[in-house]
Parts: sequence; C-alpha cells; structure tokens
Amino acid sequence: MPGEALVPGENVGTTLDEGRAAGDSRAFGAGLDALDAPPALPPRPGPWTVFVRSVLPPIVAFAAFIGVWQLAYQVGLKPKYVLPSPLDVYDLLVQMIADGRAWDAIVTSVSRGAIGFLASLVIGTLLGLLMWRSRWVRRAIGPFVSGLMSLPSVAWVPAAIIWFQLTDAAIYSVVLLGAVPSIANGLLAGFDQVPPLLQKVGRVLGLGPIGRIRHVLLPAALPGYLAGLKQGWAFAWRSLMAAELITYAPKLGIGLGQQLNIGRELSQMDLVITSILLILVVGVAIELLVFAPLERRVLRTRGLAPAPAGT
Amino acid sequence: MADRSLRQARQLVAPRPPALDGGAAGRADLPYSVRVDQVVQIFERNGPPVLDRIDLDVGPGEFVCLLGASGCGKSTLLSLIAGLNAPTSGSIDVTVGRPALMFQEPALLPWLTAAGNVELALKARRVARAERRAEAERLLGLVNLAGQGRKRVHELSGGMRQRVALARALAQDSQLLLMDEPFAALDAITRDALHEELARLWSEQGLSIVFVTHNVREAVRLGQRVVLMSSRPGRIVREWDIELSQPRAIESPGVSALATEITHHLRAEISRHAR
Repeated sequence: MPGEALVPGENVGTTLDEGRAAGDSRAFGAGLDALDAPPALPPRPGPWTVFVRSVLPPIVAFAAFIGVWQLAYQVGLKPKYVLPSPLDVYDLLVQMIADGRAWDAIVTSVSRGAIGFLASLVIGTLLGLLMWRSRWVRRAIGPFVSGLMSLPSVAWVPAAIIWFQLTDAAIYSVVLLGAVPSIANGLLAGFDQVPPLLQKVGRVLGLGPIGRIRHVLLPAALPGYLAGLKQGWAFAWRSLMAAELITYAPKLGIGLGQQLNIGRELSQMDLVITSILLILVVGVAIELLVFAPLERRVLRTRGLAPAPAGT
Repeated sequence: MADRSLRQARQLVAPRPPALDGGAAGRADLPYSVRVDQVVQIFERNGPPVLDRIDLDVGPGEFVCLLGASGCGKSTLLSLIAGLNAPTSGSIDVTVGRPALMFQEPALLPWLTAAGNVELALKARRVARAERRAEAERLLGLVNLAGQGRKRVHELSGGMRQRVALARALAQDSQLLLMDEPFAALDAITRDALHEELARLWSEQGLSIVFVTHNVREAVRLGQRVVLMSSRPGRIVREWDIELSQPRAIESPGVSALATEITHHLRAEISRHAR
C-alpha cells in the first residue's frame, strides 16, 4: 500500500476487516452501556434505618432538653410561675386538647394561614411572571421586592391595624406582605436558572410559544419555584403569628397567636409555652407533610435527590 | 483500493445564481437539501464578519463535515441553517422542512424519561398520542436503546444520553440533520461507538447530515465530503471528497492518511493567525 506511512506508528494494526468483525459493533455498544451506566440512586432505606438515622437523634436531643428543663425546675432556678415544669405544660396541653381549645386555635390559625398563603401564591406568581416578562418592571420594583423580604413583616402590623382596624383584612395584609415577595422571587429565580440550551431545544423541536412555556420553561423552573413556595409558607406562617399576637378582638376568634397573647396577659407561663409549642409543631408539620414530599419528588425525578439525613 | 483515491475538489465554489425561493412543496427533486448562498454574518456593528461569503450545497443524502478551529463560525453557520438566527446578508434555502439539530450536550429535559424526551419531539410534530409511545420505542431501538425508555436522564451514561438526543432528533422526521460537535464531550471509546451508530443510521435512513467538528479524524471517518473553514473571518478554504468505502474504522490507514493531509492544511490555516 503506497504512501500510507505518512506518520510513523499511525499505520500499524488494523484495517476494518481485522479489527472489527461485522456484527461485533452491537456487542461493543452494549458492553459500553453496561460499563458506563451511572449507578442507580441508592435505594430508599428501610424503616428501621430511617428510624435510627432520622427519628431517633432528634428524640434523644428532645429528651435531653426536657431533662435539663426538669432539672432547672427542681433546683428552683426560677419561681414556679416563671418556669413551670415540663409536666405542668404537658398537663395543660392535654387539658387544652380535651376541651377543644387547642384544636380550635389550630383550625383558626391554619385556615387563615392557608387562605393567606393561597392568595400570596396567586399574587406572587403573577408578580413573578410580570417581572420576568418585563425587564422594565423588574428593574423598577425588583429592589423593593427583595427589600421586602428582609423587612420583618411584624413591622407592618401597626400600619395594618390603622388601615384596616382589628379585622381579618389587617391580618391577611401582613401575611401577603410577608409571603408574596418570596414567592415572586422564587419563580423569578426558577426562570433565570433555566439553561438557555433547553430553551433552544424547544425552538429546535418546533414547539410554539405556548408549548415552549408549558413543556420546557415551567418544568425547568419548577425547583426554584418550589423553593420559593416553601420559603413563602414559612414567611406566611411567621407573619400570621406576628399579626395574631398583636391583633386581639372577639370577632377575630382565637388563633394560636392570640392564645399566646392571652398567656402573656394572664402571666400564665404554661399557656405561653404550650402555645409556642403548638405554633412550632404546626409550622413544622405543614413543611413536612406538604412541601418536603413535593420537593423530594421533583428533585428525585431529576437525579438531584438530597442525601438522606445523617449520611 | 480506495484508500488513496482522495480527490481534492473545488477550491472555493464558484458563485451561483441566487437561491430559489418559494414553498417546500414539490421540491424533492432539487439537487440539494440545503443551499447556503453568499452568507455573511456580522454580530457587532462594523465588526469583522464571523462568516464571510459562505457558499455551500448539501445534496440529498449527503454527509458533509464542516471542519475548522475555534472561531471559524462553523457553529454559527449551523444555527443559521437551523433557522435559529438570520444571516446578515446572503440566503439560506432549506428544501426539506425544519432541520433537526443536535448539540455538544445532549440537552435532554431532565424531568422527562428517555422516551418522554423523544415523545416531546413527536408531540411538537403533532403525532397522535396513541402513536407516540410505539414510535418513541421504535426510535430508541434505532439507537440501540430498546427497552430503556423508562429510564430518567440521570440514570443514563453520557453516550446513552447522546443517543437519546439522536433519537429525539430522528423523531423530528427531518431529512436534514445538523450536528454541532455532538461527540466532542465523550471519551474516545464511546465516541467510536457513536460513530458506528451514526454511520449505520445515515446509510439506513438516507439523511442529509451537516456535521460540525474540530476533530479531523472524526470528519474523515464519517463524511463523504470534508469542508475546511478558516477562522476570523470564517471562509471555506478547501474541500475534500472522501471516497473511502463505508463502514470505515477511525484507525484505518486510509482515514489516517487523509486526516494527516487535512491536518496539515488546518495547521497552516491556524498558523496564519500567529503574530
């Protein structure tokens, strides 16, 4: 074969016939796939492992906390009306559950929280869309929306009371001011993080503008949006408690925040602690029951599953 | 022996009459799938042209490799053909409808399964829902991913992802496939496997392919014609018709010999930019 040894060493070895028998390319490809396929995500751990890794440690920490509290009570660190024993609080909690006060307060607050959050969801999403579509709107109000996020929404309560008196409107306005900026910014962050390449794919495939939004943009923005919703709920719940704590009127009913305020006014420390406990439990429960599963599902389908706690 | 029968053709293609315009209907008998005619692309006002008077015909069923160093505008030319941008001047005539385009990254939608990604392309073509599933499975079978359709993108290797992207491009049912360095991010062994897949699909499906690469051997391994472009401004410098028989192996002596020659010209072209 003349003229082939242009580069030393290039020419050794194979022609097609020697190196590659017909039909072995399929086996070659299949072998590569078997070798290269990334390992599957670790399987979901069994219930016992979950218990030992995720449930047991907080229980131990909680028990230790109760122990220290009990110890402080027994050595008489503070007078009893300032520092009740864990058992006093437990007794009051059981009593409040039995006579329905706890349940009523939870229902009052959670329904307010849910309505306020849903309203924030609609307004925040629309605001986020508007800021995303219009660069001018974003430049104009973006700094204020971000600024609102760092303003504690309790600061709005006095203004809300003056504008709306002691009504539900006052409470909802505080909740909205707390939650809307987070949701709008979350949606915006979600859109900003959509890789330009994926948007290009939508055009290459020939999807129309609506199809591109529905099939590419919205799903791609979902993780950021969900993070915004989660933060929005936390802000809504905090704002709600701040508002309930300050606005007290018979027609408003008794939510968890009002419950807490009653404890303060009566200097009834066990009621204060019980109310704080209930506020905490409800906030965490909604996060765990609603947002955590949603987020886990979205991340897992994209191979972004967060590592299980404790690993 | 076809090894050394390389014919150096067409030093700069002669100017052509203006491109025909009009609808795609009844144009199947035209001698090209795409005609690029005197295309100039300038991004900055009064800046240097990225593409300078490019003429290129790709025949029906032809496999053309665009070869060049960074900055030669080969990717720009591809997105012009894909219709993602409009040229500053000149015309581009695609006779076979919307071209399919593949990128260096698989660019799969990570919230969909492998089959879901292929089905989205079918959906964009308005294929009926009932047919999409079977068609997606058939297309995945074409790229040797039969039965893998339910996997998520993150469960696939780099080579498998790029094959899903290939199946998605095939799902567009276009007679023109544009590929922008589609295998550049893969390791050499996987790339070799994908070369085999692509060569097989090309010969089976009768597609026209415009394949952009900076890898000389890859260009010679795959193409019927290799078009060498210069950088800044991007011009077509030289073309080679490759008459080596398919299937070729990238390590075969014929590919090596021609790759050596083309590399020589590519290096000379790049060296012009030294100061």
